[in-house]
Amino acid sequence: MTYRVVHYINQFFAGIGGEEQAGQKPLLKEGIVGPGQALAAEFGDKATIVATVVCGDGYFAENMDEATETIIGLIASCKADAVIAGPAFNAGRYGTACGAVCTAVKDRLAIPALTAMYPENPGVDLFRKETIIVETADSARGLRKAVPPMASILLKLLEGRELGLPAEEGYLPQGLRKNLFRAEPGAERAASMLVKKLRGEPFETEYPMPVFDRVPPAPALKDLKGARIALVTSGGIVPKGNPDHIEASSASRYGEYDISGVSDLTSADYATAHGGYDPTYADGDADRVLPVDVLREMEREGIFAKLHDLFYTTVGNGTPVAMAARFGREIAVKLREAAVDAVILTST
Amino acid sequence: MKLELHRLKVRRLAWGSRTAFDKGLLSIDRSALTDLLAKDGRFRSVTLDLALPGESVRIIPVKDVIEPRCKLDGPGEVFPGFIGDVETVGEGATLVLEGAAVVTCGAIVGFQEGIIDMSGPGADYTPFSKTCNLVVTFEPVDGLEKHEYEAACRMAGFRAARYLADSVRDVAAETIDTVQWPPLSEAMTAHPGLPKVAYLYMLQSQGLLHDTYLYGVDVKRILPTLVSPTEVMDGAVVSGNCVSACDKNSTYAHQNNPVIAALLARHGREINFVGCIVTNENVTLADKKRSSAAAVKLARMLGVEGLVISEEGFGNPDADLIMNCRRAEAAGIRTVLITDEFAGSDGASQSLADAAPEATAVVSVGNANARVVLPPMERVIGFPREANVIAGGFDGSMRDDGSIEVELQAITGATNELGFSRLSAVTV
Repeated sequence: MTYRVVHYINQFFAGIGGEEQAGQKPLLKEGIVGPGQALAAEFGDKATIVATVVCGDGYFAENMDEATETIIGLIASCKADAVIAGPAFNAGRYGTACGAVCTAVKDRLAIPALTAMYPENPGVDLFRKETIIVETADSARGLRKAVPPMASILLKLLEGRELGLPAEEGYLPQGLRKNLFRAEPGAERAASMLVKKLRGEPFETEYPMPVFDRVPPAPALKDLKGARIALVTSGGIVPKGNPDHIEASSASRYGEYDISGVSDLTSADYATAHGGYDPTYADGDADRVLPVDVLREMEREGIFAKLHDLFYTTVGNGTPVAMAARFGREIAVKLREAAVDAVILTST
Repeated sequence: MKLELHRLKVRRLAWGSRTAFDKGLLSIDRSALTDLLAKDGRFRSVTLDLALPGESVRIIPVKDVIEPRCKLDGPGEVFPGFIGDVETVGEGATLVLEGAAVVTCGAIVGFQEGIIDMSGPGADYTPFSKTCNLVVTFEPVDGLEKHEYEAACRMAGFRAARYLADSVRDVAAETIDTVQWPPLSEAMTAHPGLPKVAYLYMLQSQGLLHDTYLYGVDVKRILPTLVSPTEVMDGAVVSGNCVSACDKNSTYAHQNNPVIAALLARHGREINFVGCIVTNENVTLADKKRSSAAAVKLARMLGVEGLVISEEGFGNPDADLIMNCRRAEAAGIRTVLITDEFAGSDGASQSLADAAPEATAVVSVGNANARVVLPPMERVIGFPREANVIAGGFDGSMRDDGSIEVELQAITGATNELGFSRLSAVTV
């Protein structure tokens, strides 16, 4: 079959004009316009560019939501199987528009989309995780080289074939870690890498170190007496039976449970859902991980004003950092809305 | 120290009237071995099964995998501290039933064990789909405390492995490998011009089903110490460790430690491999600092220029791994780290719980959060319902048709950090 492809370009590549025409509103042109020629030649009879959507870079940048809405509508009207945008080379607003259009197409029309740009185009950092971006030179002189990988990757996406590695296929890494089998076992690779490192020869690490997000601690409370204090744990303490099915590892959720009126966590009512440590002692007395008993005593003695009625809990065991960061943000909002002054975070 | 590994290649397993080896076939006397293991009064039942490569068989939940070995000659017995005495091992001759494995199976704390599939997509990820497995499934007597139950299972695995090898000790070896390990005085001056290298062998030591033993000693109680590769081959280091089974070192992986093999293969040609430093991964910061300081001190005393450092586990032990790396690099010792990744099932998250710019050379053995669907198997050995609560499983993991969707972390040895397999990860 021949796939129906819609091409997205800016006013300049559509031949409408330069910066003075950047306010051009989205419009649909039948068939191929400008750089679409080269793409169409590369597609051969496997895909046809049925229409070209044109939008001025200035208009898109200033009216992003509205422009996206209109463009998605135009693309949908073409019954497209896929969308290809650009290449944007090193044009920043154009790159951003291409990335935004491809992302919206993928999310809302659920069809493949890709674009192409120079690695330093600001659109790359904004959209590389969401959409495939083929690497190009910094100017339109690089068009000839950009077209073959754009066409071949789009066809693979259309045919549901798996993409190879970024360097092999010609797209910019999306920053996703993907498993593969290498030629040698890990131990052999480690020994070879050490020999190279000791000889001062070039070697390639298999996992470049991430840069960590460091959170400065909030200032200390000046007066504990009036404070409302909450308990939050990654130690997996849950009401017995784990009602929200928090996973033993790689937690995808956290729980919020009411402890108003509870002065002691007993083994009859509480246990840990955590799969990463010996559960014997937490199951025997969950206060060891979530110290409700001690905090109730301090509350009674008036050392602080109130233990918050709700506690938040998840399993910190192989939990992706991105997931943990989301839990943290959501829990923090809830605690702030509940006028909590301080939190005791416990682990395992 | 000189150790000969006398190897018999096992290609098939079958039940037999006596335990014997003949042309690749290991026959097992089922009732004799069952009786031997059932002597431990802590078991209500002991069941033996066979699971061979390519069969439609799933084993769940797996505790440990052990290669059958026994001493033919020389001091001590394999698995010192558990079988025989506590004599130093690593000299003389050891019989190895290569290609065979004892797999122990039992539900101890429910959510903390592994899966081995003998065929299908899961088989690609576990080294133990390629071994001929004798599976020993246990049920405890009522009320047996969990730590006791774990200890009983661990012991039974060693007994079974030693029994198999010992029963065929009179069969002449098909091949003999010899490993010579010189005293330090010789090692220090051997191979002038080649860089001295040691192996920093990190062992998890964090409680029930997270422990490792050295000569029978729980390694959370050791200070880092030196061992020779031949001691490791004789089972000086054994596993009590199977939680998130992907990256826990089974006893089999210790016996066949691939880092030791890779360094020995380069010894005298590219490097001068002078020793293995075993260290632990304890839970408190003071313990981590103490062990890290002492391990790097041993490396400095040996005067090594390079270290391969293998982690065991993930998350909390990432802190030990990075601490070891930073201290060694600060002491001028170049490091290569072996670790797995927990980057989320979509691969979008950062992979380690700790990181440092000094860690410039890392071998990744794969993202353990990646998911795989394991189709139903004709035969399941063990307790299949554990899949919903196993580490790496999630509510609904076990489907009505018997298939299981799990993360790789539930599969025994999938991301073994001794670098046992070819699995890795890249950024796409």
